[in-house]
Amino acid sequence: MSQAALKRTPEAPEASESPAVRLRNVTVRFTTERGAVTALDRVSMTVARGGFLTLLGPSGCGKSTLLRVVSDLIPATSGEVEVMGASAAAAREARNIGFVFQDASLLAWRTALENVELPLEVGGGAEHRGARSPRELLALVGLSGREKAYPHELSGGMRQRVAIARALVNDPKLLLMDEPFGALDEITRDRLNVELLRVWENTGATILFVTHSIYEAAFLGQQVLLMAARPGRVREVVDVPLPTPRGVEQRETPQFVELTAHLRRVLETC
Amino acid sequence: MTAPAMSQTEASETYVSDEAARAEYVAAARSAAWRRRLLPVGAAILLLVLWELAVVVFQVRPFIAPAPTAVAATLYAKFGLLIGNLAPTATEAVSGFIIGNVAAIVIAAGFVYQRTAEEAFFPIAVMVHTIPVMAYAPILVLLLGNGLSAKVAIAALICFFPTLVNMTRGLRAVTSQQMELMRILSASPSEIFFKLRLKCSLPYLFAALKIAAATSVIGAIVGEWIGATTGIGALIIQATYNFDSPLLYATIVVGSAFSAAFFGVISWLESHFLKWNVAQSG
Repeated sequence: MSQAALKRTPEAPEASESPAVRLRNVTVRFTTERGAVTALDRVSMTVARGGFLTLLGPSGCGKSTLLRVVSDLIPATSGEVEVMGASAAAAREARNIGFVFQDASLLAWRTALENVELPLEVGGGAEHRGARSPRELLALVGLSGREKAYPHELSGGMRQRVAIARALVNDPKLLLMDEPFGALDEITRDRLNVELLRVWENTGATILFVTHSIYEAAFLGQQVLLMAARPGRVREVVDVPLPTPRGVEQRETPQFVELTAHLRRVLETC
Repeated sequence: MTAPAMSQTEASETYVSDEAARAEYVAAARSAAWRRRLLPVGAAILLLVLWELAVVVFQVRPFIAPAPTAVAATLYAKFGLLIGNLAPTATEAVSGFIIGNVAAIVIAAGFVYQRTAEEAFFPIAVMVHTIPVMAYAPILVLLLGNGLSAKVAIAALICFFPTLVNMTRGLRAVTSQQMELMRILSASPSEIFFKLRLKCSLPYLFAALKIAAATSVIGAIVGEWIGATTGIGALIIQATYNFDSPLLYATIVVGSAFSAAFFGVISWLESHFLKWNVAQSG
């Protein structure tokens, strides 16, 4: 992804007065056939602008629900949601939110480039054209030359790269990623982890990244938010002491080993 | 594919091209394609030859079963008559095809947005669909008279149901994540329909259209059986009553050729519009 690295200037100081995401006592309840389910129970958290927070927890702990509350896909039953100092709906309408799903969710009838262009074609997205063109974004994620390929001609990793480029096309201030590399083999996943960190440094976006891989959570995040299940709640927020920029070799350092051991111990009690 | 191979193709570096291997692969693919085409042709010729031999050896009388050469001779001698009778049948089939499918597509689109309408009418549509065409054809002839419109209506009705069922399913074949994506992008209902649902439904639609291409011709012929003086269906009835088996067979050949050509046109349109579809390019 480095070939098209265009370093963005840091955010102006006044932009950092409100955090990227702030949740206060957010509760989400669903009614299902087995009765009411509390997906999130009085969750409070803050993510600073430009931060990289990974959400780690067992399945059913509400990680995905949390991303969907932040992106205005699911309403909070109670509590306050603030994204970029405004409501989640306002942030979504201003195209401040980019979302990368677990499966790439590309449109099969569109080429890679046309998929990246989709956000510019719907919902008045043309007004929120980002600084980088769809072509530049494909280059940023390492896919120059594959603009005209259809999704079925691309590997799983490449499809997820297209999805990342698509999420970046409006220059969102917040990038939400819901287990984007969960279905990939480990080698591809390692590679995309390193490249995602480069994209993060490059775009200055705030990232919320859901995973259930301890190593991924520790390697990517500046902070790891551990969640417990039934009901979904915040268990602990752990600062990651690793320096940036990070490389795969840092996974062999004693700090990393110690960190993942700690995360594992906490997870066992979640 | 193994993991290391996959990570190699991950990066967009230029691939190492091996001309010889490439040529070998292309040649193998080409010969496989020819095999696929020529084998059925060869088998058909073989069956025709066996048929001809059987007629000659067992001295089958022509009105019981004509030899392929006799059918071919009739095809040639009565070509004008056959084409003259194909014209009304083709008009009925194509008109019915267009009317039936357009109606099905519009109603399926309505169903997507009016769940109540779907719940109310879909079971009725399925029930009507179970009535055999031979049973409702006379009713339509009674209702619409002996002219073209009854046959068009039968052809339309026979096309309608498979398309309605497939199109309803196709328009709903969007994934929840695709819908979430459109919502995050604040897409309008019409954008969701034209940029997502309609495209998702195309493979389903074409599957139905290919069925409809053949069944619309059946519908028109059945309509002509009930009451018509011209058309492939009428000619089939006349030839049967006159024990003119060579003409009967020749009529069937012309009718089938038209069906096949109609099917071919729809298949060509499918391959043209659905280049992106995995099933098509596979």
